[in-house]
Amino acid sequence: MALALDKPRSPRRPAARRGNFEMISWVFMRVSGLALVVLVLGHLLIMNILDGGVHRINFAFVAGRWSSPFWQVWDLLMLWLAEIHGGNGLRTVINDYARKDSTRFWLKIMLYVSMVLILFLGTYVIFTFDATIPTTH
Amino acid sequence: MTAATVDRAASGARGDQPPVPDGAITITVKIMRFNPEVDSEPRWESFGVPALPTDRVLNLLHYIKWYLDGTLTFRRSCAHGICGSDAMQVNGVNRLACKVLVKDLMAGGGKHTTITVAPIKGLPVHKDLLVDMEPFMEAFRAVKPFLITYGNEPTRERVQSAADRERFDDTTKCILCACCTTSCPVFWNEGSYFGPAAIVNAHRFIFDSRDEGAQERLDILNDAEGVWRCRTTFNCTDACPRGIQVTKAIQEVKRALLFRR
Repeated sequence: MALALDKPRSPRRPAARRGNFEMISWVFMRVSGLALVVLVLGHLLIMNILDGGVHRINFAFVAGRWSSPFWQVWDLLMLWLAEIHGGNGLRTVINDYARKDSTRFWLKIMLYVSMVLILFLGTYVIFTFDATIPTTH
Repeated sequence: MTAATVDRAASGARGDQPPVPDGAITITVKIMRFNPEVDSEPRWESFGVPALPTDRVLNLLHYIKWYLDGTLTFRRSCAHGICGSDAMQVNGVNRLACKVLVKDLMAGGGKHTTITVAPIKGLPVHKDLLVDMEPFMEAFRAVKPFLITYGNEPTRERVQSAADRERFDDTTKCILCACCTTSCPVFWNEGSYFGPAAIVNAHRFIFDSRDEGAQERLDILNDAEGVWRCRTTFNCTDACPRGIQVTKAIQEVKRALLFRR
């Protein structure tokens, strides 16, 4: 008899899961992190500091930016990289901290659903944004 | 011989306490104890032990076992930092009890010294400081820690240059004490992360020019429970009583995986 651990280690090693997924996700975190340093700091600089900062932001400002494919691509990249970077980080946190398989499963489902929703909504807005929308008050 | 002394001898006690040497001070040794036949939970027990600054923590445990409470259970073998039997948490960090000196744990300013000793974490406790090492050894075996070669045996020794030997010199120092693996938060968690020690021992063969099983071992460590679960917290490097750069070795295996072929 031994003092049982809260969650004892498996007596046998589980079947190998040897795809390259974990390696790819590890590399992605490094590459996207570097890209996000530029994208996010640039975004913050434009939105909050340069040329009057946050006070000049209004519908016309956003419409003006998104009329350029450059800023559309910038924002799209930032959205996808940040969401997947953060989501993948949370996935590893869940893997590390969830104690029960069912907890881990449901936390991950919630995470993936929220990721898909946010990615879909953000992408949808960036691509279908209509600057000519009538502004009725 | 009275019945009481027979009982004490049977439990490992050595009789009356020896004279306290000059310069000894009494320190408190607080040990996390667990007796599977009585306790449902581990409990702390404190002993007052006369200690010299040059004593090792292992000496204090011996004193307790031999003269105060013979039921105290722990592993030790060579007592000189070579066999790796007496890994335990000393004041919250994983150390070999035979390599930590009392003078390095003394409370400053003439205050009373208390040293806490607990079993290494993440492995089932059998009794007191004695843990089940099997999950640790299972991960060690899983990385095939032996020379793998193909083709005919050479008629002479397998010659290796000094530079090739130097490549994996650091990881040959491992004594399998489990200090690193049981300091790793990912290993504590659950599941089947190989743990630093297994990766160190894979590293020892992956980077050996005489070995031909590197791809096999890299495949094993590319597992979802392999090197990619390392969060580089450096607990392992800090814990290693042999001074192995454990985290560096894990990163070298990651790099080998990234740039192989």
